[in-house]
Amino acid sequence: MEGLLFAIYVFVLAVFIGFEVINKVPQILHTPLMSGSNAISGITLIGALVVAGRLEGPLSTAIGIAAVALATINVVGGFLVTDRMLQMFRRKPDGER
Amino acid sequence: MNAHAGFTQLVIDAAYLVASVLFILGLKRLSSPATARGGNALGATGMLIAVLATLLDREIVGFSGILVGVLIGSAIGVVAARAVKMTAMPQMVALLNGFGGGASVLVATDEYLRVTGGLTTATVDVALTIVLSVLIGAVTFSGSLVAFGKLQEIVTGRAVTYPLQKTLNALLGAGILVLAARLTVGAPDEMLYWMLIAAALVLGVLLVIPIGGADMPVVISLLNSYSGLAASATGFVLHNNVLIIGGALVGASGIILTQIMCRAMNRSLTNVLFGAFGAVAQTGAGGAAAGDRTVREVSAEDAAILMGYARSVVIVPGYGLAVAQAQHQVRDLANLLEARGVDVKYAIHPVAGRMPGHMNVLLAEANVPYDQLWEMERINPEFERTDVVLVIGANDVVNPAARTQPDSPLYGMPILDVDKAQHVIVMKRSMNPGFAGVDNELFYRENTRMLFGDAKQSLTKLVQEAKAMQEA
Repeated sequence: MEGLLFAIYVFVLAVFIGFEVINKVPQILHTPLMSGSNAISGITLIGALVVAGRLEGPLSTAIGIAAVALATINVVGGFLVTDRMLQMFRRKPDGER
Repeated sequence: MNAHAGFTQLVIDAAYLVASVLFILGLKRLSSPATARGGNALGATGMLIAVLATLLDREIVGFSGILVGVLIGSAIGVVAARAVKMTAMPQMVALLNGFGGGASVLVATDEYLRVTGGLTTATVDVALTIVLSVLIGAVTFSGSLVAFGKLQEIVTGRAVTYPLQKTLNALLGAGILVLAARLTVGAPDEMLYWMLIAAALVLGVLLVIPIGGADMPVVISLLNSYSGLAASATGFVLHNNVLIIGGALVGASGIILTQIMCRAMNRSLTNVLFGAFGAVAQTGAGGAAAGDRTVREVSAEDAAILMGYARSVVIVPGYGLAVAQAQHQVRDLANLLEARGVDVKYAIHPVAGRMPGHMNVLLAEANVPYDQLWEMERINPEFERTDVVLVIGANDVVNPAARTQPDSPLYGMPILDVDKAQHVIVMKRSMNPGFAGVDNELFYRENTRMLFGDAKQSLTKLVQEAKAMQEA
């Protein structure tokens, strides 16, 4: 139970940081924000890696491989597509305003 | 645990801390388009560090399965990220949300099977976190797939309603609560666990299916938040802080975006989720009154002249522009106007497009510089000083009734105050009302001119006329 309480501590504080940081993201970048933050939620990957690698039986390993694949799509696809979008955002070429 | 193992664990934990910090710094850099790309790279670096550190974990004894999963996932991820069209970004994000949720379900499931298999014991807190993780993950997974289907138009985009819908949802919800409670406090039971997953998957479908296509921006934002919470819940299961922190950041982000979307559409979240908006074709109450008022049409030639001799032009792109895929024509027109010394800006309403910020991406893809993209709050005071506003395929978001008519369903919705400009040119296919089914008083105003026709064709004509002016 003590571990759970500590985890809740970390969670609540991280949510507050999230609100502070995300509130400063301008609307113009909200689509890349969604895809980029989505890639971060693919952090489940590190849980999946352990499942796929601890070799506790065929079912467990199969579940692990599927989880690794899904989370990797999330991570790789998310970061790459965000990068693709963000490189399209350019200022006026001559810098005039 | 020997000293070596202890040191390895220390390295892993330190790496997770670094990754968490990089996630936060990366998101922080998204506060400006100039630093955003670097921010995304920081986040990706954090992820890489976390993954590499995890591979040092003593629990991992075989790497071939990991390699297979990573290779499959990377291949699909790379291809999807390269191939996806910018207009299809909402579908892409919906799918990615779903995959994140699915991964959480799988990880939690393996943990539960360890409990039933006797590999680990389930105290109440362990069981509770597993149940939460699988619930949120499964709802995110199936809900996102339905949202994807709706956006991709595999599933009907309309709100699907049926008799006793709310009763059925309530019953399912109650059933899930009973199952969850039983699994949390009772003895481990694999059968009940599979039932919980099945019920949660069905719930995800039932929650999204009654939501109309036009409300999808809210739904994707909410599912974005869920995908984060699912990752966090997995972190609770595995006692892993980087999962908890990463997930919480995304959860917070999704909630903020959901709020912004709801506010911009003048709806409450409850109303979006349970209101079945757009289920039946709404009959506009203002339809009858429209008959005795006249609209003033304008030719493409006159419209081009009006804009060509203006000092300032503001372009208001709406959903209709994205549907017509005419962003490049808009950009050409803007270029020609700028060459004549006209100051051109774009006014972007928060719900323009099909997901938060979507219109900005579509215009950026068409090489519109981001300093010309103005948010609603920033552009609204400018309209008074604007000579010509060009509204393309937008309707409800420029309806003055939102400010002036307390009995209008739009009343209170934040709009672009285009009616305050000297001249307004509205490009529209026909006089059909917008999504809310409300007549738009803007179209009948003294200073408004209507340019009827397909957005792409009309814009092409405007570009031709503007070119002709250039050469004359």
